[in-house]
Amino acid sequence: MKTREKAIEKIILICAAVSTLAVALITIFIFSSGFPVLKSYGVFNFIFGENWRPTGGQYGILPLIAGTLGVTLGALIIGIPTGLGCAVFLAEMLKKRSARLFKAAIELLAGIPSVVYGFFGLAVIVPVIREYILPLVQKINPDASSSGFSVLAGAIILAIMILPTIVSISENSISAVPREFREASLALGADKRETITKVILPAAKSGIFSSIILAMGRAIGETMAVLLITGNMAQIPGSPLDSAATLTGTIAMEMSYATPEHQSALFAIGIILFVIIVILNSIAQAIMRKFGGMTA
Amino acid sequence: MNKNVKSKGYFGLIGLVAAITLGVLILIIGFILVRGIPNISLEFLTDSPRMMGKEGGIFPVIIGTLYVTLVSIIIATPIGVAAAIYFSEYAKKGKLINIIRFFTEVLAGIPSVIFGLFGFAFFVVFLGMGWSVISGGLTLSMMILPTLIRSTEESLKTVPVSYREGSLALGATKWETVKKVVLPCCKSGVLTGLILGIGRAIGETAAVMLTVGGSLKLPVSVFDSTRTMAVHLYTLASEGLSDEKTYATAALLIIIVLIINTLANYISGKLAKE
Repeated sequence: MKTREKAIEKIILICAAVSTLAVALITIFIFSSGFPVLKSYGVFNFIFGENWRPTGGQYGILPLIAGTLGVTLGALIIGIPTGLGCAVFLAEMLKKRSARLFKAAIELLAGIPSVVYGFFGLAVIVPVIREYILPLVQKINPDASSSGFSVLAGAIILAIMILPTIVSISENSISAVPREFREASLALGADKRETITKVILPAAKSGIFSSIILAMGRAIGETMAVLLITGNMAQIPGSPLDSAATLTGTIAMEMSYATPEHQSALFAIGIILFVIIVILNSIAQAIMRKFGGMTA
Repeated sequence: MNKNVKSKGYFGLIGLVAAITLGVLILIIGFILVRGIPNISLEFLTDSPRMMGKEGGIFPVIIGTLYVTLVSIIIATPIGVAAAIYFSEYAKKGKLINIIRFFTEVLAGIPSVIFGLFGFAFFVVFLGMGWSVISGGLTLSMMILPTLIRSTEESLKTVPVSYREGSLALGATKWETVKKVVLPCCKSGVLTGLILGIGRAIGETAAVMLTVGGSLKLPVSVFDSTRTMAVHLYTLASEGLSDEKTYATAALLIIIVLIINTLANYISGKLAKE
């Protein structure tokens, strides 16, 4: 009986260790597959090289980094105020029942597959930019041109996709602010708006901050939606209306027809992505642990 | 007075932002359903694609999606549930548990395209499984593992300690207690995790594209290449083959997501009542 119990405990421990093993395997295979190009091309040349021309043996990913940064920054600029607004709305302005409905809607937003977002962007946002936004911009700058496939299109779609992350974690930490804080602020004569902006949001800032970092990680790692709407031109975008290629999109698109060296370069992009995401997520985790906020 | 105006403006703005968000959700779902549903017919669901999906239906793609998803949950469910049991019932505080927990969080944060790269390098090439249902299923099972663990663990936590003490006091061993007392109490938690995992597996594209391939033939063996609905949607959308088929495929995906979310909400609502 006792040996059976022991054996079962061992098996369960092994199952718990599977995710650790998975991370180890992923790290080993991505790094060993990407290493050859990093070594022969040089890490510095790889990251700061301005030309991504795999057919000509040029593997500089600066344009891809610029593309990823462009769409991510754009998504954060649109997504942070919107997400925070929704979180405050959810935590402070809605009654319980309507809050549940609103939450279900936000969860639904998280459940829609990224390729569907990409398709929506392709069918709606890209033409809207080309036919409505571009003419507006041309009134100020007559030289402006855009196919619609652009950093702006990617940023808009990503902003919608990162909303659930920002809303749910921020809302959790806003709700976790003790009641006494509110009561004390109201007792001092502050109205509801002042209480929210000067007491509750500052008290919930660690949760809000980590939600933003996690959202940034999601935006950087997102692939299919961006792939369909940014135009995939490996160039440093000069304006939000320019086409761009991202780190993730380039991997997904070029993997199927890549030569061995090109493939290794794509794995090397994977290394860079992996490192960025693990760092971002660790920061978010550390903030939440340190300040005792809600976990994701 | 000034303060009052400011306050009204502030809450008005927040209400507006929330309304826009809801509007966007309705717009996305509505737009795709309205354009897609008229193109979903019995023929579309039961016929094979012709001319790379330009004509015909998506029957093999539906089967491929189910096949890959099924393989992934068959692999991930026992491991995920066991891992959650370890975290909640067996683990003692210490370094080991912290390390395992940290890596589970890391796994949850890895972007899908990295899973795709890994699945390609490891399952497809290194283990020689080729572009196949099994390569994709294994890759997806790693992706949904953290969701399963989290959801099961949450519901294990809600089982009162007194249940465990009662069972142990009656002479049951720890494993008997877990198997016969604790686990039956959190069936709905496991189920919620499973449904969310299925949702993720069905919607996943980048990882599947790099590990399952894109064959339009009906898959029979787990070593056959196939194509899932999400990958099919990407191919149709990026190549602009047929608007009708693209909208129909997207609508089908949205309908599945709606069903899955409703189910998950219903079950976790029941869980909350318990």
